Amino acid sequence: MSAPLLTVEGLSVSFPGDGESRMRVVDRVGFSIAAGETLALVGESGCGKSMTALAIMRLIPKPGRIEAGSQIGFEARDVLSLSVPQMRAVRGARIGMIFQEPQTSLNPVTTVGSQVVEAIALHTQVSGSAARKRVVELFAQVGIPDPASRFDAYPHQLSGGLKQRVMIAMAMALRPRLLIADEPTTALDATIRAQILELLRNLSATTGTAVLLITHDFGVVNEVADRVAVMYAGQIVEEGTRVELLSRPRHPYTQGLLRSIPKPEARGHRLEEIKGAVPRPGHWPTGCRFHTRCTFAFEPCPAQEPARTAVSTTQAARCHLVAREIGP
Amino acid sequence: MHLISNIVVVLLIVGAVWAARAVARDRFWRENAIQLWRRRRLTIVVIAVYLAIGLLDSMAWVSAGGDRLTSDKPRTLIDRLFQPESFSEASYSAPLASVGFYGGQPLKHPGAHLLGTDILGRDVVYRTLKGVRVALLIGGLTSLVVIPIALLFGVSAGYFGRRIDDAVFFVMTVLASVPTLLLLIALIMALGKGTVQVCVALGVTGWVHFCRIARGETLKLREADFVAAARALGVSDRRIITRHILPNIAHLIIITFALSFTALVLSETILSYLGIGLDGSWGQMIDQARNELSRTPIVWWNLAGASVALFALVLAVNMIADAMRDIIDPRTRREER
Repeated sequence: MSAPLLTVEGLSVSFPGDGESRMRVVDRVGFSIAAGETLALVGESGCGKSMTALAIMRLIPKPGRIEAGSQIGFEARDVLSLSVPQMRAVRGARIGMIFQEPQTSLNPVTTVGSQVVEAIALHTQVSGSAARKRVVELFAQVGIPDPASRFDAYPHQLSGGLKQRVMIAMAMALRPRLLIADEPTTALDATIRAQILELLRNLSATTGTAVLLITHDFGVVNEVADRVAVMYAGQIVEEGTRVELLSRPRHPYTQGLLRSIPKPEARGHRLEEIKGAVPRPGHWPTGCRFHTRCTFAFEPCPAQEPARTAVSTTQAARCHLVAREIGP
Repeated sequence: MHLISNIVVVLLIVGAVWAARAVARDRFWRENAIQLWRRRRLTIVVIAVYLAIGLLDSMAWVSAGGDRLTSDKPRTLIDRLFQPESFSEASYSAPLASVGFYGGQPLKHPGAHLLGTDILGRDVVYRTLKGVRVALLIGGLTSLVVIPIALLFGVSAGYFGRRIDDAVFFVMTVLASVPTLLLLIALIMALGKGTVQVCVALGVTGWVHFCRIARGETLKLREADFVAAARALGVSDRRIITRHILPNIAHLIIITFALSFTALVLSETILSYLGIGLDGSWGQMIDQARNELSRTPIVWWNLAGASVALFALVLAVNMIADAMRDIIDPRTRREER
């Protein structure tokens, strides 16, 4: 395999906590994405997955900051050492991003077409008519019916699904190498969700754009992801290919997540759940951060942080139990 | 002095033509302008008449020849139309009367004074028309000064936050804690009585309110998802402000412009009441009417002329602002397809 497109190593993001201390909402996260690959970052609310995405764009809202020792490499460049104008040139042009809420992610007072034109004009020199033509093409590409007349539509005249397509067109306008999709389908209803996911998959396949998909929904993971990383309490607890994680999850947290998906054949039975709630960011338990909710917890769990244990060449988990089973 | 005012008028007309051409060229603004015309035909005509009178009354020139009374002073078209020096009576006369109000001696111009004459025998229609320019100056000049300043401070305080916000907020709080009227009087005392001085005084006390609105709205918009999306596209702060923040508070700017315009025109009457108003303003006419209302029979035309002119201007501006807000904000725009 060639050098990955994006490598994240030891990424920590912290916010001011009580007094002088800073709490780490993302703690030493590492993963990589190869060109054209789709990596799904899965986890509950508040586990740090959105912060990880924003850190890659260097858009962590103040007073948060990326801790020293973090490394983000993108296209063989060190993202964290880029100057502000250099970073602006990367955003949009090399890394595109789409957000959870298409309803509010478009400026309500300008036409959607001109907003996509703005995205193009920011990074390239194009004439007005050429940009308009390109946008209409893009709209057709992302499956917006009647693209020429939609160019002059205002956001409130479009449905949520169409707005998300506009957002995708905007993010893909400059053919970025990486697309970060932060819960792109959460605000959409189920039928639209399938269409949007299919669109993302097709775009990724035809343009060779890698996708970092942030979601809490294993249904979404199953439909588009090549590889999956599961986050819990600011750390990646398990990673592997889609098939590995969905069929042979090793970490008790991943197993719990998968068990808590409603299944048609389990009708009439109580839905399984992971007991307890995600600990408050910055107030993580000692040792393994999942031990307070884990049914398999044993002696080393509260005391010692588990190391990353490789299960196969592609699958790895941070769990004492897995480490014991695999053996030294 | 009249030269400066003439130059300003020319600049204003050139600016208006330029703006009209810019509006006509851009589809978005052209459509909005057409919409506005369709909805508020009468109001636009009323405002245009006021503007025309105000502009005509700002262009003065000295004419060669003429008699000794009129030739050495620069006079505007309105002055030339009414010839106030000769078109006057001894004292009060009722509208279209042929005899004087007191005594009943025949007038010099019987039946010619549409709204009668005031205590010094001056024609009330003429005085009312002269008041147009003063009112437009008070409202327009002050608003044009206040709004850019308030926007600059308010938006940058809201957007950048931290120290800029602290500084702007401190100034605002201090200014807001001084009683407005007292500050106004003090400023006018210090600066002297004059149109520009009164505008500056009104401006210094008036920008705080709008600055606060702009700051609050910017604070809200700064966190909006589409601003985050713009940042993720690599848009710079300056462009985010001009492309995403300002258009989203444009309706506020227009409403505030109208409200402050009308509030300023009205507040001039209060200043006149306190004796620090502008010469020739409607406020002064209304102030004089205080005594006239107690006469028997009542002298109502002075008050009526100024009040109706004031009322019509304020109402027209408010109505235009309301329509513009509806049109500019696509969320309240009627679908016409």
